[in-house]
Amino acid sequence: MLDYLIIFFNEVYKILFLLIPVLVSVAMIVWLDRRVWAFVQKRRGPNVVGPFGLFQSLADALKYIFKEIIIPASSNKVIFILAPIVTMTLALVSWAVIPFSEDYVLADINVGILYLFAISSLGVYGIIMGGWASNSKYPFLGAIRSAAQMVSYEVSIGVIIINVLLCVGSLNLTDIVLAQQKLWFIIPLFPMFVIFFISALAETNRPPFDLPEAEAELVAGYQTEYSGMMYAMFWLGEYANILLMCSMGSILFLGGWLSPIDLYPFTLVPPPIWLIIKILLLFILFSLIKAIVPRYRYDQLMKLGWKIFLPFSLIWVVITASYLFYFNLLPVN
Amino acid sequence: MIIHSIFFYIFSIIAIFSAIMVTVSRNTVHSVFFLILDFISISCLFIMIGAEFIGMIMLIVYVGAVAVLFLFVVMMLNVSQQKNEWLSGEKNSNHIPIGLLISSVIFFELIIVAGGWKYKPELIKSFNNIGIDLNTTNTHAIGNVLYTDYIHLFQISGMILLVAMIGAIVLTFRNREGIKRQSYFNQISRERNEAVEVVDVEKNKGVKIDV
Repeated sequence: MLDYLIIFFNEVYKILFLLIPVLVSVAMIVWLDRRVWAFVQKRRGPNVVGPFGLFQSLADALKYIFKEIIIPASSNKVIFILAPIVTMTLALVSWAVIPFSEDYVLADINVGILYLFAISSLGVYGIIMGGWASNSKYPFLGAIRSAAQMVSYEVSIGVIIINVLLCVGSLNLTDIVLAQQKLWFIIPLFPMFVIFFISALAETNRPPFDLPEAEAELVAGYQTEYSGMMYAMFWLGEYANILLMCSMGSILFLGGWLSPIDLYPFTLVPPPIWLIIKILLLFILFSLIKAIVPRYRYDQLMKLGWKIFLPFSLIWVVITASYLFYFNLLPVN
Repeated sequence: MIIHSIFFYIFSIIAIFSAIMVTVSRNTVHSVFFLILDFISISCLFIMIGAEFIGMIMLIVYVGAVAVLFLFVVMMLNVSQQKNEWLSGEKNSNHIPIGLLISSVIFFELIIVAGGWKYKPELIKSFNNIGIDLNTTNTHAIGNVLYTDYIHLFQISGMILLVAMIGAIVLTFRNREGIKRQSYFNQISRERNEAVEVVDVEKNKGVKIDV
């Protein structure tokens, strides 16, 4: 019995050691997002609370905690309360498989990339549940839009993952990173990286694909009826998802924890720092896009997903597979 | 081992409970959510017996795609009202005989499969001859069988799905007249001389412009 308890506490300790940094960094990147957005538009952004406004997110969180939670009378209460919890939980559980270095990973499972893909495809439920349970028109429209959008872009993300897997020969995330020791996959698979990045924008409902919460048309989309901490949960879950997509991009294409050059001064830096730097770079790209690109129309979004990205990435699968086959480079074990 | 069986019972109880709730619950959207819970707990059971690939594919395909479409249909059509009418006995459902027939056929098939070992115990032993290599991951094992021995069946099932998909598109597609569609090619390839025209307008007459 004691053995079980020791194992249990050991695991809980490891999980907390992962989750608390993730939650803190989610709060910090919200600040970073607003700051980058402001700099592009020649504003100052949040700069009052703390040094450089670093504690702005904490102040916001405090405000959300003390706000009243309003549950609409005609809503479906159980599902209404469940929706933000689902979003938040799904955004956090996927961090279990992200490898921060060769031995610093919570769960080094064989099908790591499939697990990530599965959890990110579940993310749509938080939105549908929230939109439907609110029992109001704008949230419902927003939920339907975002469900269709996430399902469509998942398809092309899946095909892009197949491209990478063809080069690796394993579904394990650690193996995927180790396969990039000689050459990061961004170089041979650059078009796939671009498509992955754009699909990740659509998958996380970021601008220019933020149609589910397009404020000009739908008030705030599926979040319209939410207030206080429940709104904050949606919001934190969204940013945790964005961080997750960035880390997925850096693991699949940018070599994960590997240093860019395998030489003396670079190898001194501990591997998790490299991963964090790559995630931050991708995230800054995310927020730059938010500042400089206008919103897509809904039919353009669908056309882009189904008629351009899907065929292109399918063709690229054929090209990658035939190249690897012809030059006898297929990973066999 | 104790922990393993505790988790097994937790997941299987959730699976059975939610499977019952799918049929019992009055609100149709609730039953779809219970169906999703059922899928998730069953994929957990798959992972527990070491079939992690099937478990994950179950999550991706059934929960991530199929159940979303279910939810769409149920939310858009007001199915719950009809169901309540059936349940309260105001209207008779004529699906019940067919449903009973199908479910009894499935039930007997399950009995035949599950009870087969009782009549043919050597059947289970013959499975051991397939030669499962414990060193390969089950992704590799499935791939080795699926793309070599069963490649034709696999390809044919893919073709059937493709035909079904195209069929659904053809059935619902209708070419509507009089809709202005955006053409990126035309928009980008427009030149000044075909887009702008200078017209001399005679006084008190006006101009007719063809679009």
